[in-house]
Amino acid sequence: MTVTEDAATTQVPGPEKEVGKARKRKEDARLITGRTTWTDNMVLPGMLHLSVVRSPVAHARITGVDVSAAKESPGVVTVLTGRDLAEEQGSIPCAWPVTPDMKNPGHPSIAVDRVNHVGEAVAVIVARSRTAAADAVELVDVDYDLLPPVLDMEEAVREGADLVHDDLGTNTSYHFVFDAGEAGTGGDTEQAFADADVVVSRRFVNQRLIPAFMEPRSVVVQPQGDNFTMWSATQIPHVLRVMLAMVTGIPEHKLRVVAPDVGGGFGGKLQVNPEEILALLIARRLGKPVKWTETRSESLMTAHHGRDQVQFIDVAADREGNVKGLRVRLLADMGAYLRLITPGVPALGAFMFPGIYKFPAYRFECDGVFTNKVPTDAYRGAGRPEATFAVERIMDELAVELGMDPLELRRRNWIQSQEFPFTTVAGLEYDSGDYDAATQQALDLLGYSELREEQRRRRESNDPVQLGIGFSTFTEMCGLAPSRVLGSLSYGAGGWESASIRMLPTGKVEVVTGSTPHGQGHETAWSQLVADSLGVPFEDVEVLHGDTAVAPRGMDTYGSRSLVVGGTAVIKAADKVVAKARKVAAHLLEASEDDLEFSGGKFSVRGTPGSGLSIQEIALAVFAAHDYPEDVEPTIDADATFDPVNFSFPHGTHVCAMEVDTDTGFVKIRKYACVDDVGTIVNPLIVEGQVHGGLAQGIAQALYEEAVYDADGNLTTGTFVDYLVPSAADLPHFDTGNTVHVAPGNPIGAKGVGEAGCIASTPAVVNAALDAVRHLGVSDIRMPLTPERVWRAIHQGGDGGDRATAGSNAYGGAQTETTAGVSTPQSALGGDR
Amino acid sequence: MIPAPFEYVRPTTVEEAVQAVAEGGEDVKVMAGGQSLIPVMRLRLAAPETIVDLGGIAELRGVREEGDHLVIGAMTTHAEVVTDPLIAQHARLIAEATETVADRQTRRRGTFGGALAHADPAGDLAAVALALDAEMVIAGPSGRRTVPAREFFVDYLTTSLEEGEILVEIRVPKLSGDWGVRYEKFNRVAQAWSIVAVAAAVRREDGHIAEARIGLTNMGPTPLRASATEAALAGAPATADAVASAARSAAEGTSPSSDLNAQADYREHLVQVLTRRAVTAAAGL
Repeated sequence: MTVTEDAATTQVPGPEKEVGKARKRKEDARLITGRTTWTDNMVLPGMLHLSVVRSPVAHARITGVDVSAAKESPGVVTVLTGRDLAEEQGSIPCAWPVTPDMKNPGHPSIAVDRVNHVGEAVAVIVARSRTAAADAVELVDVDYDLLPPVLDMEEAVREGADLVHDDLGTNTSYHFVFDAGEAGTGGDTEQAFADADVVVSRRFVNQRLIPAFMEPRSVVVQPQGDNFTMWSATQIPHVLRVMLAMVTGIPEHKLRVVAPDVGGGFGGKLQVNPEEILALLIARRLGKPVKWTETRSESLMTAHHGRDQVQFIDVAADREGNVKGLRVRLLADMGAYLRLITPGVPALGAFMFPGIYKFPAYRFECDGVFTNKVPTDAYRGAGRPEATFAVERIMDELAVELGMDPLELRRRNWIQSQEFPFTTVAGLEYDSGDYDAATQQALDLLGYSELREEQRRRRESNDPVQLGIGFSTFTEMCGLAPSRVLGSLSYGAGGWESASIRMLPTGKVEVVTGSTPHGQGHETAWSQLVADSLGVPFEDVEVLHGDTAVAPRGMDTYGSRSLVVGGTAVIKAADKVVAKARKVAAHLLEASEDDLEFSGGKFSVRGTPGSGLSIQEIALAVFAAHDYPEDVEPTIDADATFDPVNFSFPHGTHVCAMEVDTDTGFVKIRKYACVDDVGTIVNPLIVEGQVHGGLAQGIAQALYEEAVYDADGNLTTGTFVDYLVPSAADLPHFDTGNTVHVAPGNPIGAKGVGEAGCIASTPAVVNAALDAVRHLGVSDIRMPLTPERVWRAIHQGGDGGDRATAGSNAYGGAQTETTAGVSTPQSALGGDR
Repeated sequence: MIPAPFEYVRPTTVEEAVQAVAEGGEDVKVMAGGQSLIPVMRLRLAAPETIVDLGGIAELRGVREEGDHLVIGAMTTHAEVVTDPLIAQHARLIAEATETVADRQTRRRGTFGGALAHADPAGDLAAVALALDAEMVIAGPSGRRTVPAREFFVDYLTTSLEEGEILVEIRVPKLSGDWGVRYEKFNRVAQAWSIVAVAAAVRREDGHIAEARIGLTNMGPTPLRASATEAALAGAPATADAVASAARSAAEGTSPSSDLNAQADYREHLVQVLTRRAVTAAAGL
């Protein structure tokens, strides 16, 4: 890792700073060994277990549910259907009505008379053991009157299409428009296109993905009198508490939500899950603690999916390569229902399609479309990867059209470093950066000119293995989010974050954060921040989170916001602690506050060597409270809430060198280099880890992952045999670097890093593959770039086409756990196994 | 992901195992390494009444020499196969293919015989056994019988094992002479099943290819031999052109399926490329 600007060298030497140190994460030992409070590890006395009976069909009327056999099954306490819970279940909330006339059909947690996607809950088994609950699932007999499944967005928006929700009269949930001309942030887009020398138009498909977090979702609910405690593997305990109160009518102050250690989410646990509602309702009804933990099959089939857009994008330019306008029209698959921020994901992306380029005109339109599939919602990047993919792909297409070097075209149009802060055509104010510096460093890391030379040689010799180089020069909006901006986008909540610092009598420090981690390493990074701010040892800081009774205020973790917003709240709380301690120190040292200096955790009187009191000693002094100033309270604890004024805008240049075996279509990343500017780096190890993980997921979208449904609406990729998540064995070494331009919007100077790798990498990889085979007549290949698609694109033209929807024949062609009972000897298993 | 209830028996000898299978009721299932059976049970695609676990039978593990044959116990794990010196010396193709099976954890539990009896056409070892003309030694209530690999693989996930029978040993003829081998596997991620794979053993003599044995993985419901290519290679000059020409008939007589990873016509193309590569490597070209 290279840091081009080292702020520390310009400062006076002082105590060694924690910020910038590659601390190993203090939480990892317990997370890795699993000896911790994963929700599924919770065992409560008398706890009952839930199993969910799920629809095996995509679209149907429920004409009967017979639970009598299941109720007789050993260990079963009761079986509940949608009819039993219809009056109290309310609707899964949608917090983001992106247009005033958005159509929301409502989202029952359990189907009452219709099912709208495979995997939708139709009954819940309540049993004394998890195995008893699982055994009874197949005994529930549901009659379905089949309806035609709506699966293809482009067909779904045609006149006379079959409808997912016939009472809505349309499959279109909303039509969202952002027009820079109308918003006053750009010129007239239609005029820009009319006047342009060159217009390039493309249709890109951003396929459906599955977040595939490692820890399955799990929820435990304990009723105590009229109070309820919910433990859930969620990213959002605070949001969840508010939403549970609104949905169920249980008063908010009677609800406590705990997110214990949570094993990943990637946005997939930024949700109010049907099963969380069901667990709460059933615990209330029975007066007993209940637990539900999903199987991997349930997770892939029913936890919300991500992406799934058809993108029509047009770019206008003059012959010299100056861009003149950008026009985007999206079809965004909502799935069967609107969950928490389902409609908002593509709308958030609207502001990122212009990327780092100075488009003078821009118009964005998006239709949210219902289909009979599981709902989509946040997935690492949420709107921004889709936008970045489209703009970085079309810039390459424009370069081809103009006969220009793709990097030269980008350079000609991107924002220059001296132009920051820069207000884009989408109305965002980009904060800081230097796209040229990041690009140059990335090219050096890659060994660009040697690889271009090798590419030329391979082309000339008609080598069966061709080489290509692809770019992605990206930015993203992070630090979600300024509350007023969220309000202007009709989002149902704010984007502030809260922190408290509690100074314990022994000098130890408890930091309470509202930003709930699910694997990011908050405990380590926050400890580093506080160690520097208070001058206490890193080891003396404990970070508390995730429990609404411990950390009552918070907006949780998503959108690369934790350090930028939550970390800033921590810094601000620490500043208040120091300010309060200063008064006490002045009193005890019998000095004026103005004569005190605070350094290395110690207050001392200027010009009086040897005098001094540590902040940890002051913590004890105010605990004893025998001697403190008259006009203050005897505590130096403090709270802070930070609401950012602007987003932060990490940027970077990612370069991928790709080998394509033209005989088989197999693609292999030869080298991958990226330079990210994420502002100030608090912990280089965590930043590196986030970049690596993000790259893995972004590369996975380009090459491996796709949620595929067959013609009946069954999820073909219902196991990890067919939903291909790459492992370390499938990924190259990553050459990573950083430039550092501090974010002006927060005192840490951090911009956010959680999503960068995932957002940036996908178009770099696809552009690289296309660069390798464009001379063979290939101009697009659909993601993921399966060997078959690449081979077809090379040898048969087109974009590689549709994949067969049958699952591979491993496990006898098993797509997922059976939803309708144990198979017979005549079933897919065949004969002797 | 919880299997339906089942009875579990763990015999310690082959005789006990055969008896346990006979007494196991209508829906008894033999478990070797369990690396395929347990997942389908957890997915509730299979719900056998009784599992007869062969894991406790010491006599089924290990590799020994018997004249010009190697005898591999059916319960020899993939990890043992990969590191076995006799296999390295006399049947290196088996070790090379076994190294590509799944991941390290699976290879510690999965067994050679279990993989063959499972007869998954996407599994790697059946094509190798077929290419090497292995023989399957089967124990049943009426004693032992031996079935050549060509007759053992009957259909998709179906072998010639009869009700009550257990695969106990695999007899593999040693390769004598100047043999080169190669297992050419094509998949999208490291631990996945083969989309297509080709097992090749080639014997060279005086600058010619004297004999080629080629087994195909996942080109039909059972493993197949690339007979047309084998015939074209017999006696052919050991040149890249001759190999490329012979490989073009590798898809003859195959009937591959279409799935997410590959449609049938693409598999038919792949098998030609992979056969060319496997034979080229095996012939040392």
